[in-house]
Amino acid sequence: MTGSDFCVIDNCLMIRMPEEIDHHGASIISENADRYLMREDVNHVVFDFERTRFMDSSGIGIIMGRYRKISCFGGRVYAIHADKQIRRIFSVSGLNQVMEVLEV
Amino acid sequence: MRAEKNEMELKFDAISENEAFARIAVAAFVTHLNPTMEELADIKTAVSEAVTNSIIHGYENWQKDALPRGLSGEKSSEVPLIWIKCRLERNILHIIVEDKGMGIADIEKAMEPLYTTKPEMGRSGMGFSFMEAFMDDVEVESVVGEGTIVRMTKKIGLDSWIADGE
Ligand SMILES: Nc1ncnc2c1ncn2[C@@H]1O[C@H](COP(=O)(O)OP(=O)(O)OP(=O)(O)O)[C@@H](O)[C@H]1O
Ligand SMILES: [Mg+2]
Repeated sequence: MTGSDFCVIDNCLMIRMPEEIDHHGASIISENADRYLMREDVNHVVFDFERTRFMDSSGIGIIMGRYRKISCFGGRVYAIHADKQIRRIFSVSGLNQVMEVLEV
Repeated sequence: MRAEKNEMELKFDAISENEAFARIAVAAFVTHLNPTMEELADIKTAVSEAVTNSIIHGYENWQKDALPRGLSGEKSSEVPLIWIKCRLERNILHIIVEDKGMGIADIEKAMEPLYTTKPEMGRSGMGFSFMEAFMDDVEVESVVGEGTIVRMTKKIGLDSWIADGE
């Protein structure tokens, strides 16, 4: 199964999310992301869902957790390439209020 | 011709590797009804939520106990189990997810959006909200110290939905 990838562009941490996001793989993504977020040059996080075919509340936990870490320093979270089902999950969770879903 | 009734049961170890197995198995069970992509995604998410809850909440004590026992060199305790029962009545899917874990003291509170007893584990408290949003009906039965049963129902299959309207 494909995992997640990380890269830093300008002051944004880009996270390529895996094909399936559930409890089984969630903590490793959060831990890796947090290592990047310790860096002073990383302010914002962009979650890329291009490869993602499944997500449950574990994905909401990953995003909310990262948002809490960076929002106090003015950091923001964004989502790109989110399909219809992922957008439905965002709207049910109310995550839309803190996260911008970008059209690219 | 479509059977009036179709049933299946799964019994599996309560480990996170089986979360994907459980949701895919239930999705596979209903494919012959030609569910829409959206219906399949809804069912998978709901099953994933219920099964994950059994693993991380229902059997949380087992997970805590398992490590020290293993380290002390003794044979670690047997992995607890999760049961899934599915029943199709024409185009209505009934799913039961059951564990024999710690149970829920206040079900009403547990089902509130954003309520979680495990914020430190990165949980968001949205599991029951997703089950309720993506299934037609969700009922929870639980006894502290005995376990939890989640019953979910969803009407599926666009073609049978059209047939109903005739
Ligand atoms: N099978 C279960 N056994 C014992 N307690 C449970 C069970 N399922 C849910 N709970 C309790 O209900 C609460 C709410 O569950 P819910 O799935 O809505 O949120 P969560 O699991 O805490 O977070 P999320 O699902 O967003 O990751 C849990 O925090 C837990 O205390
Ligand atoms: Mg949950």
